[in-house]
Amino acid sequence: MINIRDKGAELWETWNRPKRITFVLVLIGLVGLLPYAGDFSFTSILNTPISSYQAVLVYPVGMFVLMALGLNIVVGKSGLLDLGYVAFFAIGAYTAAILGTKTHLNIWEILPIGMGLAMISGVLLGLPTLRLRGDYLAIVTLGFGEIVRIVAVNNRSTGGPNGIANVPNPPSIFGVRFALDNMKGFFWIIFVMILLVIWMVRRLSIRRPGRAWEAIRQDEDVAMLMGVPILRYKIWSFSIGAAIGGAAGVIFASKSMYVAPDMFTFNTSVLILSCVVFGGMGNIWGVVLGGTILAYLPERIRFINNARQLVFGLALVVIMNVRPDGLLPRKKREKITKVSAKPEGDSNV
Amino acid sequence: MNFSVVVSQFWPLLINGLALGFIYVLISLGYTMVYGVLRLINFANSEIFMVGTFATVIVSRNFFGFNQDTDPLSGFKLFFAMGACLVASMLVSGVTAVIVELVAYRRLRAKGTNRLASLISAIGVSIILQEGVRILTHSVPMSNPRLLRKFSVVTFGDVGIRVDTLLVIVFAAVLFFSVDRFVNKTLLGKAIRAVSMSEETSKLMGINLNRVISATFLIGGSMTGAAAFLYETVYENTKYNVGFSIGLAAFTAAVLGGIGNLRGAFYGGLSLGLLEQFAAAILGTQWKAVTVFLVLVMVLLFKPNGLFGEAVQQTRV
Repeated sequence: MINIRDKGAELWETWNRPKRITFVLVLIGLVGLLPYAGDFSFTSILNTPISSYQAVLVYPVGMFVLMALGLNIVVGKSGLLDLGYVAFFAIGAYTAAILGTKTHLNIWEILPIGMGLAMISGVLLGLPTLRLRGDYLAIVTLGFGEIVRIVAVNNRSTGGPNGIANVPNPPSIFGVRFALDNMKGFFWIIFVMILLVIWMVRRLSIRRPGRAWEAIRQDEDVAMLMGVPILRYKIWSFSIGAAIGGAAGVIFASKSMYVAPDMFTFNTSVLILSCVVFGGMGNIWGVVLGGTILAYLPERIRFINNARQLVFGLALVVIMNVRPDGLLPRKKREKITKVSAKPEGDSNV
Repeated sequence: MNFSVVVSQFWPLLINGLALGFIYVLISLGYTMVYGVLRLINFANSEIFMVGTFATVIVSRNFFGFNQDTDPLSGFKLFFAMGACLVASMLVSGVTAVIVELVAYRRLRAKGTNRLASLISAIGVSIILQEGVRILTHSVPMSNPRLLRKFSVVTFGDVGIRVDTLLVIVFAAVLFFSVDRFVNKTLLGKAIRAVSMSEETSKLMGINLNRVISATFLIGGSMTGAAAFLYETVYENTKYNVGFSIGLAAFTAAVLGGIGNLRGAFYGGLSLGLLEQFAAAILGTQWKAVTVFLVLVMVLLFKPNGLFGEAVQQTRV
């Protein structure tokens, strides 16, 4: 099996700083130009046959990558199996829908509120449940996801099963307009959010929280014996993941201008988790790749309409059997190999 | 809030709750036995249930030619037809479970990979099963012909207890206790228990691991199939996504009783069935699932291994 990850890392090591910066900028530029790719002859192969290509870039692809990155902090970094991640997405979306229709706040003002509410609910859910281990945590989070959806169905303020319509679009910034006929704006804002999350996760991973999460993931008892405050870091990981889910929810609600409970089913949670595991748990680039493929593939093969989900299931089984650690897995023993390779200068990056 | 229901309809609620609970017991066997040997949530079990309901419907419709207008049967014919449906459902579900293990778990287990990879591959198999049946049935619900005349055995006030409810209770109890005896008394049962205690040691003791795991899937799957037959006898309807909510409830039942523990599945299933019935009567049907999950969270907070759980070893992602 080709090891793209190590080849890439080796190449990256040999580059100097200006070369790296240029590469990153070119990459960001290319991804930023993706919404236009459908118009050119040789890139139009990316076009999705039935749904609008630019809309697909926003809703499944961008949103899934963003949420998979958020879930990756919980599942991949700290090893907590969360099967109800969609609940935070739903909380963000409903916050945007209720505040956007009932008050005069615009979406940019609602965004931090939605993130905050998702974060608070993450803490409230985490405080009692993060003491549980493994599969019990999985079922409790699953239950939480279902409860949020059922409450949304049966509550008058959330519009019941019909949901809430006429959620406002965000006002334009830097001359970029956000509207249903201009999906490019939404794509760019999600892209910026993804870059911010990647930056944040990379910074956190090499600092105290990242090391604490890694210790908890590898062995909780040993981590506790070494004096890592387990519960506190678990709750941090849970609530940071929740905040990202909430942010995705706010943008989603204002993008589709409409929220309904059946958008937030258990299947969505499973799909996001699949993105994380499929791409490679714990590795940011793997998660980005997994999210992109799993969100894009079903839209690209829409022409086989009926069997589309069947092919999706088949792809999951085959890839997991061939590459059980995902497409781009994380390194098994990052620190040790690094120290033995360069004994004198451990830069710790 | 309507507490007077509890007093006025106590017996019907109790019996119906028990019947629902026994269906949950049989399905949660499929989760809990697999969890016992593999320490994995068998996500495909809800689709194994779904396949079982379709096996029941297809056998009674296509093999016997019954349809919605068929009069309820009696005597030997009734026993024969229902027995054939039951055997077909158990067989199809059991074999499907074994195939699921072959496709989704075996290769990954041989590689000794992380548990989430198996989880995702099981999710993949369950998507394949669900979508396959959806395409074959064109997303149309199918109804099961009524073979058993549903008369009331006992009446309480104006509500009667029907014969199919009693059939579910008696039959599921018999099945559960035979599985319990099987696991506790026979050699294969001993092997299953040994594998669930320590995979490594039982391999050293000369137990054929793959055979034991396949047997576990076969037993768990056929119990789920029996549950599917009983479900069809009572509710007489199925659809490609019938497994999802009932599978979720059965999994909750397994966790409630302590996953990996047969007797725990029994008590967990029964308490969940009763809880659902009473919660639905008191608070209204829409809050049923919320109550169940809240109770589950409370139970796990105070008894983190479930009501009757053995200390489940530390499990990590």
